[in-house]
Amino acid sequence: MSKAPPNVVLHVADVFKNFGGLKALSDIDLQIVEGQTHAIIGPNGAGKSTLLNVIIGQLPPTSGAVIFEGAMLTGLPPHKINQLGISRVFQTPEIFADLSVLYNVMAPAFARRDGAFRIDMFNAVQDQSDIREEAETLLREFGLSDRRDDHAGALSRGDKRRLELAMCLIQRPRLLLLDEPTAGMSRHDTNTTIDLLKAIKQRGMTIVIIEHDMHVVFSLADQISVLAQGRFIASGLPQEVKDDPRVKEAYLGVPAE
Amino acid sequence: MFSLSRKDVTTLAIFSVIVLTMPIWLSPLGAAYPGLMQKFAIYAIFAIGFNILFGLTGYLSFGHAAFLGVGSYTAVWSFKLLSMDMIPALIFAVIFAGIFALFIGYFSLRRSGIYFSILTLAFAQMSYSLAYSVLTPITNGETGLLIARDDPRAIDALLGVNQTTSGMPTPSLLGFDLGGYGGFYICAVVSIAAFFLSQKIFASPFGMALRGIKSNQTRMKYTGFDTKPYMLTAFVISGMFAGLAGGLLAVTDPIAGAERMKWTESGNIVLMTILGGVGTLVGPVVGAWLIKYFENIFSAINVNMLNAFFDFLPEGMQAVMVTILSKFVGEGWHLTLGLMFVVIVVFLPGGLVEGTERLMRWLRRRSKERDEPTGQVASGRTGNE
Amino acid sequence: MNAFLAQLLNGLDKGGAYALIALGLTLVFGTLGVVNFAHGALFMLGCFCAVTFRYFLTIETVTIDPTKLSPWGAPVEVRTPLVQSWLGDWGAILVDYSVPISVLFTVPVMLVIGIAMERGLIKHFYKRSHAEQILVTFGLAIVLQEIVKSFFGANPKPQPIPADLRMAADVGAWFGMEAQKLTYPLWRLIYLLFSLGVIGAVFAFMRYTTFGMVVRAGMADRETVGLLGIDIDKRFTIVFGMAAVVAGVAGAMYTPLLPPNYHIGMDFLVLSFVVVVVGGMGSLPGAVVAGFLLGVLQSFASMNEVKSIIPGIDQIIIYLVAIVILLVRPRGLMGRSGVMES
Repeated sequence: MSKAPPNVVLHVADVFKNFGGLKALSDIDLQIVEGQTHAIIGPNGAGKSTLLNVIIGQLPPTSGAVIFEGAMLTGLPPHKINQLGISRVFQTPEIFADLSVLYNVMAPAFARRDGAFRIDMFNAVQDQSDIREEAETLLREFGLSDRRDDHAGALSRGDKRRLELAMCLIQRPRLLLLDEPTAGMSRHDTNTTIDLLKAIKQRGMTIVIIEHDMHVVFSLADQISVLAQGRFIASGLPQEVKDDPRVKEAYLGVPAE
Repeated sequence: MFSLSRKDVTTLAIFSVIVLTMPIWLSPLGAAYPGLMQKFAIYAIFAIGFNILFGLTGYLSFGHAAFLGVGSYTAVWSFKLLSMDMIPALIFAVIFAGIFALFIGYFSLRRSGIYFSILTLAFAQMSYSLAYSVLTPITNGETGLLIARDDPRAIDALLGVNQTTSGMPTPSLLGFDLGGYGGFYICAVVSIAAFFLSQKIFASPFGMALRGIKSNQTRMKYTGFDTKPYMLTAFVISGMFAGLAGGLLAVTDPIAGAERMKWTESGNIVLMTILGGVGTLVGPVVGAWLIKYFENIFSAINVNMLNAFFDFLPEGMQAVMVTILSKFVGEGWHLTLGLMFVVIVVFLPGGLVEGTERLMRWLRRRSKERDEPTGQVASGRTGNE
Repeated sequence: MNAFLAQLLNGLDKGGAYALIALGLTLVFGTLGVVNFAHGALFMLGCFCAVTFRYFLTIETVTIDPTKLSPWGAPVEVRTPLVQSWLGDWGAILVDYSVPISVLFTVPVMLVIGIAMERGLIKHFYKRSHAEQILVTFGLAIVLQEIVKSFFGANPKPQPIPADLRMAADVGAWFGMEAQKLTYPLWRLIYLLFSLGVIGAVFAFMRYTTFGMVVRAGMADRETVGLLGIDIDKRFTIVFGMAAVVAGVAGAMYTPLLPPNYHIGMDFLVLSFVVVVVGGMGSLPGAVVAGFLLGVLQSFASMNEVKSIIPGIDQIIIYLVAIVILLVRPRGLMGRSGVMES
């Protein structure tokens, strides 16, 4: 099918994570291929958050390694991981509530352009027309243009979520991590978000999505890995995973759509 | 590098005019003498600098008076050892205060919230105590550091500047004497420069990053900003502003004492900033002016003046009024200050600037309602409170 | 060795005062979530309760005794406190013991002041930012101390130790040392025991009464306790009153050791904040331990032997300890994690 070997962006290699005697993650091996959307699903307490925190470098694995485009992520502070090209959406949106919506989107672009730390006291934010235009375009796409000058804290939950996505996208990340991007959303908002994510996917973005909602997962994922009790019990194309009896067992009570 | 947005240029122009015309508009208010106006300008610088830290990053330092003190001591030492010219004095004041702030900030910024406040307080109190005890050779203890006629003044000696033939030498700028109004105009110009710098910082990506830290540090980190050096830079900059203010205090009156470093002085600068409006450009300046003004006016009033003022009342009433009000003036003006403090925080948490804005909005809405008697009240309101 | 013990004792009574102030401060912080910069002013008000009490006791009548003449021939004025003329010898004792007895006067006064403060001002600041709490209470502290200044003036008001207690306790002899080898002013010893008693009472109250249990639960998790339908507000008011009383009696009893002036509270406030932070924000045992610890450390630092090695150390020891503890163990000695970090 494919000619060139698939380009692995993120490699979670043989990761184990123990908390004291508790084995939170065992034998996790995961390869995220460029341009694909990879969903990690699993029942509550399966270790999804732990895995995410290991990937993002917040938790050091007991053994194993997380490699992003040849760089070890383990032990790096969050800003360095971001500077390598990983942007993250949180379960509850982390935005700059006191800043205007426009500034919320512009700030990450400065981090992309100027690096983790640069003292630039003599240029005005307003004069950076390239960044400004980029941010405004993005806001238009995300349907937030008319809220441009409002405080981000005044947005609705769904809008905050969209804003956070825009903040990540303006950084043009090599990998986008989504932690339950539709948690707590209404059906309608969920569907809008799915459409938005589909559009992002179309641009060739590599996405790792941790999700609860099967509707979201099956609408977006190219690959699905199922976590249960800290191990992957199945991994593959959505259809394969759907038909896997072990998954059905682990997901007892979850409607197989 | 010197460009500003149109709105900022207007603000700067208005600010400059207000500062430079102080001798005119302050005279009907009874405050147009150089000594006081110098204080207005100097404390405005101090407050502007403090606001860069507290207003933008939200980190409440309770030790900024220490940097003011360091600035004063450094400037006086420069007068003693190098020259009576203010330029080296101010440069060294800023540099030393900056180094001192770098040291204190490096440690204090490892913690946040009240722990940060207590750390800065502890460092400042330590400096204050040391200035009185061990560091007496440098600070001259309780007497305060003074200049003397026979100080070496290396640069002056080298250039053959023999400032005075009689009496104590006074600070100068390139040979011009800085007494009286001269001193005021120097301070005024420096304060305008400080205001301009703070405008630049507010509008810059650096300022935006600081606001981001105040708003959401987690997001800042996950957005790729290394927050520590940003905060340390803000801390050092605000320390340098304080050092500049301290240096100017020494320029206008060449003496430096440890009482400038006491924690209540740090509390005062917090109050000035809050009173005017934290995080706004002009707020801290307004706060500094008001407090210095009231300090001056209220502490100057005495019982005789009150008696004269209430002369029109019947004698008993007059005595009562004078007795009550005399508690609030003169020595007791701190009582007024304390009350002002409480009232502002209770009723105007955003400070005077926000209060004025709210008042303006309210007035505008009222006039609008009057214009449209059908009353579309909602149209005046937007999403932000 | 004796010098060591003497310094230890010296530090303990000061530590007792620190501990009492810090106890109230941390109680208010832990339950109400309020950073109270006016707490030092409460200590100061306590001091002046003792001063006022003595002032009332010593209102005098002046009579002229015609039978006696002074050396230069003028009749002698005899000043008799009213209490003494009413109650005779008992009155004289009352005047002599004014400081310890004033505690009885201090308790209700401080309770009223505390409750009034909480109802009138503090309660509006539960939900405001810590910066605003600091500012409003700082302002309040200024107001309180200026009011006191306008009544009592700026000079310190020394208070006497009761005549019978004005002696040194031979502490060494109690522990089998030679007589007079280790002596210690009796009043300081009394103050130490008094502070231990008050601390014990507060802990017992918090531990064994339902009220205390609810308050402790509230310290741990305010929301849940609120959800239980317990009227936590009323209890908070009482907690604040209690903190005011503890600070007040600590002040009243301290007056013979340090003549109070109107800004004594501010001086103690900074120190007691340091104590609270060192002990760990919101930890009652931490406040007590840190109070005594810092008192003793300060006392040792002021020994000449120590000062000759590190000059000026006595001035800065407390701040130094605070900085080191905050940097090495940010939650203090016994603090819970996460308190006030954001």
